[in-house]
Amino acid sequence: MISIQALKKVFTSSDNTITAVDDLTLDINDGEIFGVIGYSGAGKSTFVRLLNRLEEPSSGRIIIDDEDITGLNTQQLRMARQEIGMIFQHFNLLWSRTVKENIAFPLEIAGISKAKREERVQELIDLVGLSGRENAYPSQLSGGQKQRVGIARALANNPKVLLCDEATSALDPETTNSILDLLVDINKKLGLTIILITHEMHVIRKICNRVAVMENGKIVEQGDVLEVFLRPKQSVTKKFVEQVMGTDEEDEGVSYLVSTYEKGKIVRLHFVGETTNQALISQLAKQFSIELNILQGKITQTQRGPYGTLFVQIDGEKKEMEKAIDYITNETSVEVEVVRNAD
Amino acid sequence: MLTSLLESLDVEELLTATYETFYMTIIALIGTFVFGTLLGLLLYLTDKGGIWQNKVINLIVASFVNVFRAIPFIILILLLFPFTDFLMGTIRGPNGALPALIIGAAPFYGRLVEIALKEVDKGVVEAAQSMGAKTRTIIFRVLLPESMPALMSGLTVTAIALIGYTAMAGAIGAGGLGSYAYYSGFQRRDFELVFICSVVIVIIVFLFQFLGDYISSKLDKR
Repeated sequence: MISIQALKKVFTSSDNTITAVDDLTLDINDGEIFGVIGYSGAGKSTFVRLLNRLEEPSSGRIIIDDEDITGLNTQQLRMARQEIGMIFQHFNLLWSRTVKENIAFPLEIAGISKAKREERVQELIDLVGLSGRENAYPSQLSGGQKQRVGIARALANNPKVLLCDEATSALDPETTNSILDLLVDINKKLGLTIILITHEMHVIRKICNRVAVMENGKIVEQGDVLEVFLRPKQSVTKKFVEQVMGTDEEDEGVSYLVSTYEKGKIVRLHFVGETTNQALISQLAKQFSIELNILQGKITQTQRGPYGTLFVQIDGEKKEMEKAIDYITNETSVEVEVVRNAD
Repeated sequence: MLTSLLESLDVEELLTATYETFYMTIIALIGTFVFGTLLGLLLYLTDKGGIWQNKVINLIVASFVNVFRAIPFIILILLLFPFTDFLMGTIRGPNGALPALIIGAAPFYGRLVEIALKEVDKGVVEAAQSMGAKTRTIIFRVLLPESMPALMSGLTVTAIALIGYTAMAGAIGAGGLGSYAYYSGFQRRDFELVFICSVVIVIIVFLFQFLGDYISSKLDKR
């Protein structure tokens, strides 16, 4: 487990002081993918660099697996860093080395023999899907491939934790997705704890279990990703949720739906991430003699299942409609709200 | 004209002079590479934000570099005569020129090394630190290899400056093409010999430039 206690970083220059990370306390569980989201300048990048002391904390403690990182001397810190992998927005590969040699670099640092290095490098190349590109130089690779080298390099010494500093921000959406898939894959295969910094909510949605929202050096909101999506409390969080779900234009939309579809009931179904309800609409159609018409909605997938809203028109016998709504309310975790009752 | 040129030419003497110029340039270049890299690394590492950030050492090294770059080379040779005599046991001949050549060129190359190191992506250094690399590892496996093309082209520039320095040193008795052109050419009013020496020097300069460019581009995988 990673425990961060009252962590603080103050930058002082001649004319002013900036508190980049302000009294931050946080626990991150083993094997989870923990996301930290915030706009630029929120202090998230400083935060992740404090974790392996690329920035020295001004005060506070960082404990990774019962080891007090903040209390280590230079030599001990070097050893500890070998167990904390890190990947970067701009990949930071050595251009003078091939893919193979880049991945071997942390192994050289750890003093692994040449034969063992080669074996491990080959394993890693297979793991990140770069077979055939071993002898290419970074300049010959695409952005996504470069980040794969970055990931392989970060994993070389079997770290316990992987820090991702805006690891997908320089990539196009499709490449971002493939890199995120790789991270989830690694997380499952190796049971690695991943701490991920981003300003993109869809990254959080796609792979994180828990999320913390940072603003002005503080964590203003944290919790399960689904919970944060469902009930964002702070305005900054709401804005991030809107990045994925679109802006809240429901009022206008609903009145439009009500006036356009005159027959039957209109209900709003709120999916909150239980995978068991994926076939809800077809179940309703089979079990009750009602007509279902999907009017509008947006469903998105998170690590814990689907999340989103559907507007559905239900028409049929009044009794059947009531039974169907009771069924949704009582038998499933989908929240239902009747927007307009049948006349 | 060509016949008279060749008549007056003692090929053996010209070859000896050319050899001496090569000898001085190459030995001085090796010395300059070692000391200049050392100076450049010190300047870079002790600079603000560097791994060994240290104002005092940075100031001392920077002052040394600036002072020796400020002294005109011809005066530097004279100034260093006692030191050269103590170190080499002579102040004449190609060996007598070496200390002044190295001390004159190393600070110049040191600045070029510093510039080359500053061009290395800070993120790459940071990545190495995040892997737990020692400073030694960062210097020899990150900073120097990553800046190698710039170090090479800097060395080419320095080599050409050194060829010029050897000619100047030659004029006060170091041997080489400069010496040959001055004593056997200029002082005997044999301007054709001065011309021939110039041509040979230009060829040597071109050779170094071509070689330096070639190595530099071979090393560059960006």
